[in-house]
Amino acid sequence: MDIYFYMIFIFVIAALLGFELITKVPPTLHTPLMSGSNAISGITIVGAIMAAKSGQDVLAQIIAFLAISLAMINVIGGYMVTDRMLGSFKKKGKK
Amino acid sequence: MEYLYLLATLLFVFGIKRLTSIRTCSQGNRLSELGMLVAIIAALLISDSINWTVIIAGVVVGGGVGLFLAKRTPTTKMPELVAALNGFGGVASALVAIGSVLTDSKLAEAGATISGLGVVPAIATPIAILIGMVTLTGSFVAYGKLSGKKLSHPFSGGARHAFHAVLGLGAIAIAAWMVTTESSGQLITAIILLSILAAVLGVFLVMPIGGADMPVVVSLLNSYSGIAGAFAGLVIQNPLLIVVGAMVGAAGLILTQIMCKAMNRSLSNVLLGGMGGDEAVAEDARDYKSIKQAGPEEIAMVLDGAASVIFVPGYGLAVAQAQHVVRELADLLIARDVNVRFAIHPVAGRMPGHMNVLLAESDVPYDLLWEMERINGDFKNTDVAIIVGANDVVNPAAREPTGPIAGMPILDVDHARTVVVIKRSLSPGYAGIKNPLFDNDNTLMVFSDAKEALEGMVREVKDL
Repeated sequence: MDIYFYMIFIFVIAALLGFELITKVPPTLHTPLMSGSNAISGITIVGAIMAAKSGQDVLAQIIAFLAISLAMINVIGGYMVTDRMLGSFKKKGKK
Repeated sequence: MEYLYLLATLLFVFGIKRLTSIRTCSQGNRLSELGMLVAIIAALLISDSINWTVIIAGVVVGGGVGLFLAKRTPTTKMPELVAALNGFGGVASALVAIGSVLTDSKLAEAGATISGLGVVPAIATPIAILIGMVTLTGSFVAYGKLSGKKLSHPFSGGARHAFHAVLGLGAIAIAAWMVTTESSGQLITAIILLSILAAVLGVFLVMPIGGADMPVVVSLLNSYSGIAGAFAGLVIQNPLLIVVGAMVGAAGLILTQIMCKAMNRSLSNVLLGGMGGDEAVAEDARDYKSIKQAGPEEIAMVLDGAASVIFVPGYGLAVAQAQHVVRELADLLIARDVNVRFAIHPVAGRMPGHMNVLLAESDVPYDLLWEMERINGDFKNTDVAIIVGANDVVNPAAREPTGPIAGMPILDVDHARTVVVIKRSLSPGYAGIKNPLFDNDNTLMVFSDAKEALEGMVREVKDL
C-alpha cells in the first residue's frame, strides 16, 4: 500500500477523534477553547520548520521565513491569550 | 525521534479534552503548550537539513510579534485578537504547501506535474492554498467587523450568490491548471492567481455576515485553519500536521455547532447572513415615544428598596472597562442583604463566554454568574434588573414571529419590577434594530458610559 493510503487513513481517524473529543462545553469555556484550539492549529510551524532547508534559492527561503514567523505569531499569541483568559478562572478557583 | 510526534499528538488530545471542563482547563492548556514544544523540538531533530538562519529569524520575529500582541491587547479586544491570530495560522499553512511545491525536486524535472505525483497531492495542494488564504482574509474581515467597522457587500440577493459561485469556479479552474501544468513559470503564476482569488473570496464570504454572528464565524475560520494545516500536512507528508490539523479542524466544527445552538440558529442561516446583515435598517431615537430618563441618585433610591437585583452585562461593560466597579456595586448591595446575581446571556459581548472572562477578572464569585436558562424564570420575582451595556440580548423584539432577531433566545429582563438600562445613547445594537424595552413603563434609562454611571451609583448607595 502506498504512503498516501496511510495518510488518508490517519486523516479520517483524526477527524473522527476531533468530532468525539468535544461533547459538552460550558458556555464559559467557549472562548478559551476556541482560542486554545486556535493556538494548536499553529502546528503548521512543524511544516514551516521542515520547509527551511539549507542551500535553497532566495524565494524558497523567503517563503519558509514567512511561514515560520506567521505560524509562530499564531502559536505564541494563541497560547498567551488563552493563558490570560484561563488565568482569571484559576484565581477565582483558589478563593 | 519520530515517536516524539506521537507524544506531541497525545499531549494535544488530552489538552483539548481538559480544556472542556472548568476544573481542568488551565492544566489542559499547559498540556497543549507542552505538546507544541515537543512538536517543535521533534521537527528540528527530524529535519534532514536545517537552515538555522531562516528558522531563528522566523522564530524571533514571529515570537516577538505574537508576544507583543498578546501582552498589549486589552481584555475587551481579545475576540479580535483570536480572529487575527487565526488568520496568520491559516496563511502559514498555505505557505507551507506553496513552499513544498516550489522546492520539490521531482517537479523540477522536465514534463513533471503535480497531478503526476499522485491524486492526494493534486487535491491537497490547491485546497491547502485555497483554505489557508480564505482563512487569512476572512479572519481579517471578521477582525474589522468585531472592532465595529461597517463593511457591506457590493452585491445582494441572487447576484451575491452568483458572484461567489463565479469566484469559486474560477478558483477550481486555476487549481486544475496549477496541478496539470508542466512549466514551472506557469506553476508560479497559477499559485499566485489562486492565492489572490482565494483571498478575494475570503473577503466577500465573510462580508455579508452580521456583526452579531462574528463569534460563530471566527470559530468556523478557526476550524478552517486546522483543516488547512491538515492538507498542508498531506502535501509535505507529515503525519503530525495531518493528525493534529484534522483533529483541531473537526473539533472546531463541533464547537461552531455548539455556539450556533446557543444562539438558536443554524450554521447555514448564519453563513447566508440573517441577523444584523446589511438588510437590517438602523432606526434612531425618534422611534421611541416614552423614554424615562434617570440619574445615579434616583437609581440608588430604587436600589434602596430592592431585595433582589440582577445585573445583565453586555459589550458596553467591556468597552467601558466597568467590570471592577460593577463588582464594587454588587458587593455594596450584598452587604445590604440584597440578593445579587449576574445573568449571562450565551452570546453577550462579542463572543460566548466574553462576560464570564471579564467578570472573573474582577473576582466576581463564580456562583453569582447564572446562565440564561437557569435565571430567566426568576426575573418576574426580581425587584431590579440592571442592564449594563447590553442591547440585542434583552430585546423583546426577538419574541415576535418575524424580524431580524426573531427566535433568538433573550433574557426576560422586562419581567422584573424595575428595569434600569445603562447605555450611552438610544443607538441600536449590533442587530441594528429598535429595542421596545426602552419604551416600557417600568424601564429607566441612564444615558452614560457604563463605568461613570456605576461609579455614580456606588457613591449614592454608600450615602444611603
